[in-house]
Amino acid sequence: MSRTTSSAIPRSTVATMAATRRSVLRGIGLSGLAVGGASMLAACGGDDAGPSTGSGATVKFGINEAEGVGPAYDRLAAMAEAYTKETDTKVSLNAVDHNTFQESINTYLQGTPDDVFTWFAGFRMAQFAENGLITDLSDQWPIDGLNDSFKQAATAPDGKQYFVPVQYYPWAVFYRKSVFEKNGWAPPETNDDFMALMEDMQGKGVTPFAFGDKDGWPAMGTFDILNMRLNGFDFHMSLMAGDEAWDGDEVKQVFETWRTLLPYHQADPLGRTWQEAATAMGKGECGMYLLGTFVVDALGENGEDLDFFTFPELDSSIGSDALDAPIDGFCVASAGQNQEAGKAMAKWLGSAAAADAANSNADAPFIAANEGASTSTYSDLQKKSAEVVGAAANIAQFMDRDTNADFANTVMIPSIQAFLKDPDDIDGVTASIQEQAASIFG
Amino acid sequence: MTHIDEAPRPAAAAPPRGREKKLPGKDRATVITMVTVPLLLVVLLVWVPAVLSFVLSFGKWNGFGDLDTIEWVGVQNYEDIFTIYPAFWPAVQHNLIWLAFLFVFPTILGMLLAVVLDREMKGSRLYQTAFYMPVVLSLALIGFIWQLFYSRDQGLINQVFNTQVDWYGDPDINLWAVLVATAWRHTGYIMLIYLAGLKGVDASLREAAAVDGANEVKTFFHVIFPVMRPINMVVIVIVVIESLRAFDLVWVINKGRNGLEVIGALVAQNVVGEATRYGFGSALAVIMMVISSVFITIYLRTVFREERSR
Repeated sequence: MSRTTSSAIPRSTVATMAATRRSVLRGIGLSGLAVGGASMLAACGGDDAGPSTGSGATVKFGINEAEGVGPAYDRLAAMAEAYTKETDTKVSLNAVDHNTFQESINTYLQGTPDDVFTWFAGFRMAQFAENGLITDLSDQWPIDGLNDSFKQAATAPDGKQYFVPVQYYPWAVFYRKSVFEKNGWAPPETNDDFMALMEDMQGKGVTPFAFGDKDGWPAMGTFDILNMRLNGFDFHMSLMAGDEAWDGDEVKQVFETWRTLLPYHQADPLGRTWQEAATAMGKGECGMYLLGTFVVDALGENGEDLDFFTFPELDSSIGSDALDAPIDGFCVASAGQNQEAGKAMAKWLGSAAAADAANSNADAPFIAANEGASTSTYSDLQKKSAEVVGAAANIAQFMDRDTNADFANTVMIPSIQAFLKDPDDIDGVTASIQEQAASIFG
Repeated sequence: MTHIDEAPRPAAAAPPRGREKKLPGKDRATVITMVTVPLLLVVLLVWVPAVLSFVLSFGKWNGFGDLDTIEWVGVQNYEDIFTIYPAFWPAVQHNLIWLAFLFVFPTILGMLLAVVLDREMKGSRLYQTAFYMPVVLSLALIGFIWQLFYSRDQGLINQVFNTQVDWYGDPDINLWAVLVATAWRHTGYIMLIYLAGLKGVDASLREAAAVDGANEVKTFFHVIFPVMRPINMVVIVIVVIESLRAFDLVWVINKGRNGLEVIGALVAQNVVGEATRYGFGSALAVIMMVISSVFITIYLRTVFREERSR
């Protein structure tokens, strides 16, 4: 859940209001019927008439954006339309609210899913691949314009590709150019600069970091970056995979460092959504905000006054060349009715033409994964994002995409919140995480 | 007082006991249908899922693949819940606080409002509508409405009083903030049920009490309240159910974390969404089922004892 588009209405309200087939299924799942339900549903499917690919065929396209919520939907709808124009394949769009889509993904894939659907790279994709819920797309790769690092991100542990990337967004420290200019501040180069900058901000009555963690996931970004800066990318990834101890000195050091940084953060983060925190930075009450580029969405402007820098180095032996940059894209569902058409469309969705169709039809363009895509509609912020990610040596997906979803949602969210409530009990928090991790990872 | 139905009937009109057992074919078919259809529905919708949850609670399953992928782990889920799951005990405690709070404040307030409105003062219908209005709203919507009051940075309360209370984020406060929002709805609900009960009380009872010289308060506590025993039981059951199924509001606010843990939300956290610990979630659901069955047993025993003593 690293990204939410509904800003005015609480996420779950939207989910509740959208009484879709999936929310009904989810309700059944709650009452325990899902046990039989999932396999029962897998058995019933539609029988499509007409050719399976090319002219006259129909591909079902499930997207995790509801109609009218903003540029994200517009982009996907534009892609579907462009595909129909180009190949004469009819695309039947199934638009579902972002959170509803994510919450019911399990039932969805085991029921009667659409042929192609929006999804994410990382553990979330690998998990579906391992369980045979998504189709092997290795015969579609390589895809023109998608470089090796994207191919890597599309690869499951079995070495095959199951995913087609379309866009990505880096997590970095955002700030308002005008605010920095007015106060004579500059992006920090070293940790000393960084500390001095924060001291200066506090001296001028500005809270250095905006911070909100009511939804639980935004603070994961802080953990990720601190862990990557203090313990390195490789340690971070094996910690996420459940291969390192959560109560070891490395993780404790992350929390210790975080504790020393907390006084520079906005107080009471647990009652504040990321949108509210972004607003505080937008108004200049806070100097910086560590978040993904989607921070722009909450500011209600195009981001011309916004700039960012990557989190500075904390340990010179580790450097600062790793960052979180989640990749979004598409998978083909194994239970989809039209495999061939689904694969063909998935491949096309990764092309430069698809990215261009999306970006020229929406107010805010995304940063295309395909290097052949036109950047003419990009803002400076997007161009810089592409540059920074291109220059990064290691890219993580984000905690809830890099590790087991069960663990991320049921253990890490409450544990990080417990730490933020009581930053002095690091031993208690890490011990509790380790106990639960041992039980979940087995 | 006229109790026509209790007037002694001529003995000849009463059918002999033996004949009652043999119903005509058509009637029998009707009775059988009326019993089996609801019974099947109850078994299918209540007991099958309940038993399946119970079975699942001894396994570890992420919902992928067939049933044979379930790894049976015995009572490990229960052990984990009681020992290493930090959210469980706070959740039990919060459910109990929820129950006590609902009883002490909104339920009694709702009864009081009902009694006052029952006196048919001027504009009582207007008040009735106003108090009942929140009941029409879903709890999810109520959570959204109260968010506008409670938001720390942008909420109405902090703006008006120029305070910086973190109503929804501070775990010492947010439960009470949520309970106030719940009470807003619960009061109207109890009021309406109680009002309906009060309308059903035989007016002659009041007259008789008045003739005997009892004042309003005495009449209520010594005559009306005891007569309303069935309604009182309904209210108790509703309050218990409402506090056990406390879920919607906390889910809207922060998915039942950080001071708002309730058992219902923990079940959902573990089985809804991408985190699909079906075994663990089922174990939590079973615990919830056990707790609610304690209340159901108490209720049924009271009701049956009453029936027998008649």
